[in-house]
Amino acid sequence: MHPRNVGEIEDADGVGQVGNPKCGDIMKMYLKIENDVIVDAKFKTFGCGAAVATSSIATELIKGKTIDEALKVTNKAVVEALDGLPPAKLHCSVLAEEAIAAAIADYKRRHGLDVDDNQCPGCCKKCETDEEE
Amino acid sequence: MDRKIIYVDHAATTYLKPEVFEQMKPYFTEYFGNPSSIYYLGRESKKAIENARTTIAECLGAQPSEIYFTGSGTEADNWAIKGVAYANRKKGKHLITSAIEHHAVLHAFDFLKKEGFEVTYLPVDENGFVKPEDLAAAIRPDTTLVSIMFANNEIGTIQPIKELAAIAKEKGVIFHTDAVQAMGNIDVKVNELNVDLLSMSAHKFYGPKGVGALYIRKGVRIDSFVHGGAQERNRRAGTENVAGIVGMAAALKLAYENLDEYNRHLRRLSDRLINGVMERIPYVRLNGDREKRLPGNVNFSFRFIEGESLLLMLDMKGIQASSGSACTSGSLDPSHVLLAIGLPHEIAHGSLRITFGEKNTEEDVDYIIDCLAEIVDRLRQMSPLYEDFVKNGEKA
Repeated sequence: MHPRNVGEIEDADGVGQVGNPKCGDIMKMYLKIENDVIVDAKFKTFGCGAAVATSSIATELIKGKTIDEALKVTNKAVVEALDGLPPAKLHCSVLAEEAIAAAIADYKRRHGLDVDDNQCPGCCKKCETDEEE
Repeated sequence: MDRKIIYVDHAATTYLKPEVFEQMKPYFTEYFGNPSSIYYLGRESKKAIENARTTIAECLGAQPSEIYFTGSGTEADNWAIKGVAYANRKKGKHLITSAIEHHAVLHAFDFLKKEGFEVTYLPVDENGFVKPEDLAAAIRPDTTLVSIMFANNEIGTIQPIKELAAIAKEKGVIFHTDAVQAMGNIDVKVNELNVDLLSMSAHKFYGPKGVGALYIRKGVRIDSFVHGGAQERNRRAGTENVAGIVGMAAALKLAYENLDEYNRHLRRLSDRLINGVMERIPYVRLNGDREKRLPGNVNFSFRFIEGESLLLMLDMKGIQASSGSACTSGSLDPSHVLLAIGLPHEIAHGSLRITFGEKNTEEDVDYIIDCLAEIVDRLRQMSPLYEDFVKNGEKA
């Protein structure tokens, strides 16, 4: 396991944390944003191998993108970038998508921009409802 | 295998001892006759099975006619539980077990609940012990079966089986114990313990996979489980796994002959690991009782990290271990055993089980401690829970 972009950004412009310890996955994402472009992204994750992999690849996918482009990175894109995930681990990719959204929402809030209220505020309860088949 | 492998998951399965394999071989190729056939080749197979039955009976202090071969420990558990429940359902439909049983037992009871049986699950204390007074209080006039595991597969806790079985006996209730983890580690004698039924599985004590046995005390009312031919005294049909049965008996005999030495070896390794980890790694707890546990079992919870990530990183170092984290349990919940002993979810998620075996050495233990110290630190550096803890202390 050699995840990329592990760590925190001291003077991050946006920080988002999703998941909860009960379901076994927590992701925290740090973004450095200049002129609405994500110039750096780092993460910390408490979770299984898939959770670490999805958070790592998510940071890779959004680096260099504008925040609007980054918000379009779906869990599907995360799964594709990883060449697939077992069904039981799909909720990890959802968590990665939500972590990006939460960090960007934090950035927008700090800059007085409109935040889409539909975005994940923290634990999405996905972990509790997305029981595997 | 080219890569360095340190196998410390003997509670999952063991390798087959070469000397056991040697004894099995002729029954695959040369003496392949069906034990039910009356000619020479059939009789040779039959003889091998009966010799194996006698060997296992002698280890357990039982009669050979009380040993029944099955396809696995799981099958033995299912047979004991469903067979007794149905055979005694006119007396009552109440059954008792514990909260920390293996799924082979828990899911058999789940099935019976759907069939209209009532099941009481005895709680365990923080070290995983069932309290005898809880059992005494749970037994009712319509109780027909108590099933309590001998030793726990995750945290290694050894139950006071003799005491529990005595309570059931006094109240006239049949007592089953799942001894799959105990066999080969403990000098199990059915009459000293006064158990009525006992399950075992060969691949936990250096025998082959695909074969188990159920001890059924003479006179215990139990239905047949697999219906078909007349094998196993009409009680468990299906052509016998002759080589497997021979292997199970050979492995069990070796285990009983070397119990003391094997125990000392495992205990030395476990103590070294427990002491080393507790000394070098902060925020760790040992799950299960410090003394009354399987000699080769060590189960830790490392705070702020998740068990599956830990397993993957240990695997990269060649260390083959297991965890009670949700990701390895096949659901989103961590191990029911760790929750039953009162661990909060996030701490249960960070569990690691190491189970030593015959070939492990003190060098293995030292290597594991070094790797663990490094990996736990690395995972904590990437854990948002640890970050919160460092910044905000315990309240976070």
